[in-house]
Amino acid sequence: MANNIHSAPTASMATPETSPGLRARLFNPAARQKLLAFASLLLLMVFFSFASSNFLEVDNLVSILQSTAVNGVLAIACTYVIISSGIDLSVGTMMTFCAVMAGVVLTNWGMPLPLGIVAAIFFGALSGWVSGMVIAKLKVPPFIATLGMMMLLKGLSLVISGTRPIYFNDTEGFTAIAQDSLIGDLIPALPIPNAVLILFIVAIGASVILNKTVFGRYTFALGSNEEALRLSGVKVDFWKVAVYTFSGAICGIAGLIIASRLNSAQPALGQGYELDAIAAVVIGGTSLSGGTGTILGTIIGAFIMSVLVNGLRIMSVAQEWQTVVTGVIIILAVYLDILRRRRRA
Amino acid sequence: MPDTSTAPATTATPGATAAPLIALRNVCKRFPGVLALDNCQFELAAGEVHALMGENGAGKSTLMKILSGVYQCDSGEILLDGRPVQISEPRQAQALGIGIIHQELNLMNHLTAAQNIFIGREPRRALGLFVDEDALNRQAAAIFARMRLDLDPRTPVGELTVARQQMVEIAKALSFDSRVLIMDEPTAALNNAEIGELFRIIRDLQAQGVGIVYISHKMDELRQIADRVSVMRDGKYIATVPMVGTSMDSIIAMMVGRALDGEQRTPPDTSSNEVVLEVRGLNRGRAIRDVGFQLRRGEILGFAGLMGAGRTEVARAIFGADPLESGEIIIHGGRALIKSPADAVAHGIGYLSEDRKHFGLAVGMDVQANIALSSMGRFTRAGFMDQRAIREAAQGYVRQLAIKTPSVEQQARLLSGGNQQKIVIAKWLLRDCDILFFDEPTRGIDIGAKSEIYKLLDALAAQGKAIVMISSELPEVLRMSHRILVMCEGRVTGELSRAEATQEKIMQLATQRESAVL
Repeated sequence: MANNIHSAPTASMATPETSPGLRARLFNPAARQKLLAFASLLLLMVFFSFASSNFLEVDNLVSILQSTAVNGVLAIACTYVIISSGIDLSVGTMMTFCAVMAGVVLTNWGMPLPLGIVAAIFFGALSGWVSGMVIAKLKVPPFIATLGMMMLLKGLSLVISGTRPIYFNDTEGFTAIAQDSLIGDLIPALPIPNAVLILFIVAIGASVILNKTVFGRYTFALGSNEEALRLSGVKVDFWKVAVYTFSGAICGIAGLIIASRLNSAQPALGQGYELDAIAAVVIGGTSLSGGTGTILGTIIGAFIMSVLVNGLRIMSVAQEWQTVVTGVIIILAVYLDILRRRRRA
Repeated sequence: MPDTSTAPATTATPGATAAPLIALRNVCKRFPGVLALDNCQFELAAGEVHALMGENGAGKSTLMKILSGVYQCDSGEILLDGRPVQISEPRQAQALGIGIIHQELNLMNHLTAAQNIFIGREPRRALGLFVDEDALNRQAAAIFARMRLDLDPRTPVGELTVARQQMVEIAKALSFDSRVLIMDEPTAALNNAEIGELFRIIRDLQAQGVGIVYISHKMDELRQIADRVSVMRDGKYIATVPMVGTSMDSIIAMMVGRALDGEQRTPPDTSSNEVVLEVRGLNRGRAIRDVGFQLRRGEILGFAGLMGAGRTEVARAIFGADPLESGEIIIHGGRALIKSPADAVAHGIGYLSEDRKHFGLAVGMDVQANIALSSMGRFTRAGFMDQRAIREAAQGYVRQLAIKTPSVEQQARLLSGGNQQKIVIAKWLLRDCDILFFDEPTRGIDIGAKSEIYKLLDALAAQGKAIVMISSELPEVLRMSHRILVMCEGRVTGELSRAEATQEKIMQLATQRESAVL
């Protein structure tokens, strides 16, 4: 943490005339948090590679990547909502709902694969739109609105599927979505599954949208000062709904990945995923009070979580204890964030 | 040309002969418990600077919020170029060319200056989806250049000083090419150099035919910049007069509804009373810098200064609400270790927050529960509350402080601001506090209730309570304080006795910054 010296609160204030050039950009608080998270990830990996000789095996690394894909995509969805100073507890069951709807379209109705993909994303966006409308128009607090949506979607998944898994055996190429490796076809030494490729494509897309588009700008502005945004003449409700809709569409992608990996839509799955996703967002330095955050941070956060679980497992730490350690890490990450803020104030 | 002679009570002036740029007719607005605007009139001609004056709570800000679409009027109409218009949201006001700089800064701290200025109107590229960040920064830089302001548009607003943030707000309003620009106390946080800068910009705009509504309490500023003055009092429109040829005394008389001389009171001499509170060398970051003062029994010590000067921070630190980096607090001659509000209360310190609804009052609870909240230990028997004792104590204070409430079971949120303030006072009195911090005690309460609060403060001082009164209203500070401490940027920049204090002297100390660089 050699860059701590730059966090001296007066350093940037005493000389406001200096322009925020490269230096300021590198050492601004958000970048600092990212560096911190990245350093923690590297530290963890170094630690586990010493602790277990199997850790750096290609198979193991691929398995870490594979296990990050779903949580990573869900965490990207959550990042948008949390930056806008909302919260979404429904991403886990929404993912399952989207998988089930893909199953209905592909297996029950026998439609071609592209329509199944569209269906998953569409029903994710639709669910997100409903959450957004409830929050923006009915003024129900996001925590409650999405808690309700979490249960509602879980129930709907069970009802629609008749509480039984829907298999995709009849849809050719469905398992390829997550399980095959396009990268491996090109470079045989890198058998990175498509699920991970999708994660990175979604991450890059989400990052560009967040930082370069008007929609991204309003996502930050909503979280920073909603009233100021309203007084600037921006249609706050519209953009709030847009944030949840967009986040829902990304959950649809997560639904496709998990369904493809399991070659089935498992209607009972999903609850609990939202907390892992929120944890990844928070570890990645996005503030729960909104206004700041990065997709890169979230991805690093998601990897910290799966490296931790993977490393502890190959060190033969019991699963119960893995959960305990993860809990401690989350609290620690947020505490570090609070410390950093306090020093700045 | 439509005939404008129907506008009531306006004095004919040059520049108002054509249809006015803006006319507000018979505007009424009611908030729960308060008639904020009572049949108000206002006219603005193109190319004029029209000052809107009145004491705090007179309705100036509310009237302008109606013009800018933040609030909607209950009745009355808005005419633009003589034609009636509906303004039901800020976006519509902007589209009509009406820009406003709010008194409370409305910026997004996480976003840069340029991003704030163009929020909602970002220059775009690639199908209109992407923000053209370069154009954004270029355009913001151009506005800053026009304002001759040396500020990097890429700086996050949260890292700027209050004065600089204000400049960003002004730049934002300028960026709209507005025909009407409303400035609500734009100089409240600016130093003299910046005020000069602002006036230059205002004159430029004026020359381009922009009509400017200028809300301010500072008489000398208005002399320099205003063409006409409209005065409001208690939510009512009083009159419009040309600035030239009108004496300040007559404007003040219109504002307060009486001549000012009766106001001078001689405070009791408290200079030999016991010192009940002394603080030395308080420090916390930039907010509080080496602050020290003494407070005597029976004294009302006024804390004057601009927004963000550090007055509230000092009060909160002494009250234990925020941590201190260093400093000594001495109460009744002994060093006190105050680490939390509970410690402060145990030492007999009470703090009345400037934001009652957030920090001072449990608005969903009833009057008696609020009054007893800090003294529950006294009303508890074996863990159970003694409801009867609570009710009797609360009723006693309701009588003593003349709190207007149907019963002590009334929910606090249903009372008017003045009565809510009295409930908080009652809470601390019940707790036997003898050192009381009043932070903006009359903010947001109407004029009648104000004078009751003033009487109450006087009475408390006469009973021997030691009072610190933080107020941004200079007339209030001058009227109430026995002694005045002025702060600027976290430091105490001066102390004035009642006899030597004037608005000018206070303002000078309140803007006495450390360096020319902001």
